Amino acid sequence: METMMALQWVLDGTLVLALLWLAWRALSSPDLFTAIILFIAFGLMMALAWVRLQAPDIALAEAAIGAGLTGALLLAALARSNDLADRINDDQTTGTGKK
Amino acid sequence: MNSVARSRFSLLFRLMLLLLLLTLAGGLAYAVLSLPDQTVGLSDRVAANMETSGVSNPVTAVLLNFRAYDTLLEMAVLLVALLGVWSLGSAAVHRRVDPEPVLLFLVGVLVPMMILMAGYLLWVGAAAPGGAFQAGSVLAAAGILLLLSGKHFPVRLPGWPLRLVLVLGLGAFVAVGVTLVFANGMLLQYPPGLAGGLILFIEAAATLSIGVTLAALFLGGRPDPEA
Amino acid sequence: MNSILLYALLGVVLFTLGLHALIVHAHLLRKILAINVMGSGVFLVLVALGVRAPGAPPDPVPHAMVITGIVVAVSATALALALLLRMQAKTGRTRLPVERLE
Repeated sequence: METMMALQWVLDGTLVLALLWLAWRALSSPDLFTAIILFIAFGLMMALAWVRLQAPDIALAEAAIGAGLTGALLLAALARSNDLADRINDDQTTGTGKK
Repeated sequence: MNSVARSRFSLLFRLMLLLLLLTLAGGLAYAVLSLPDQTVGLSDRVAANMETSGVSNPVTAVLLNFRAYDTLLEMAVLLVALLGVWSLGSAAVHRRVDPEPVLLFLVGVLVPMMILMAGYLLWVGAAAPGGAFQAGSVLAAAGILLLLSGKHFPVRLPGWPLRLVLVLGLGAFVAVGVTLVFANGMLLQYPPGLAGGLILFIEAAATLSIGVTLAALFLGGRPDPEA
Repeated sequence: MNSILLYALLGVVLFTLGLHALIVHAHLLRKILAINVMGSGVFLVLVALGVRAPGAPPDPVPHAMVITGIVVAVSATALALALLLRMQAKTGRTRLPVERLE
């Protein structure tokens, strides 16, 4: 029983540290693509945290919506933003100035 | 910190910000730690009323029966967010990219399975973890896979079927609520015998609606009809 | 029981980390990421405070609130991203204008 408690503490401690590290790296990463990928990983680890907190419904919702859908939305927005930036750069360099 | 942050603020400002945030974190941590160990909560009242709720999963009972009004408003929030996104512009025109054969194969295998899984999550939500939101999000993921694989047919849906499915969830909720107002006098108070069936009906409509709304949010704009 | 408090404290720290990133970064996409992390922190505190004795089932009302919160957060994120793209199309910028704060 003691080893069970110790193992649970190790599991919880590792999960908390991993979540902290992922959040820190995601928020301070210089590259946006890396930041979004780390945020998706953060969402998946949050699903594990929800299971540890005896909330399986939230774990399902977080994995699907929080990690999956938010990650897809963020990546699509990043891709469209980069496309827009490229197009604006092209307009400026060719001098058409079409806004 | 990356170089953008360093160039924006002076050292003094950053130190003051760190000090203020540490104070905030300390205050919040003290508030959290000083709460009593065993809170009384609403768990007992929920457990006492579970027989009249029509389902055996307490979270589904709270979401769809005891706090059904909040879920109704949440469906409205989803719809309003989609209206906001639609009002900002039309959907980006995809460049014609030939999708990889691996993606096409996976889409052919995964999308039917995801639809099946969504149906299962919807059905099992009454007794085990699951429910309308989880099922709807799996449906939305299937829709996003279809969008990504280059099959443009969802964008070319004619106007009214798409809009009908979008309002189906909120409409079912409001219809049930208004009917119950006329029958019982109170909004969304299910009669105990019909509660299970009403919850399943509302959840089914909500699953379809949530799936299509989330996939449409991914599209990022108003789907223009073929002009 | 104390491991539950560990998750509540993690929620507080995530909220503060997100708030710091929200204030410090100028790029709008990073601000949206920061708000999502803040939301996750708040949800952790809500649910961690709802866990009761190890034998008893947890309080389902915070679970329902957090599921609602996750769905509202994703729809707000989608709207914020659409606004970001619209602002970039109009002004060509994705960062807030830089002011020198002395």
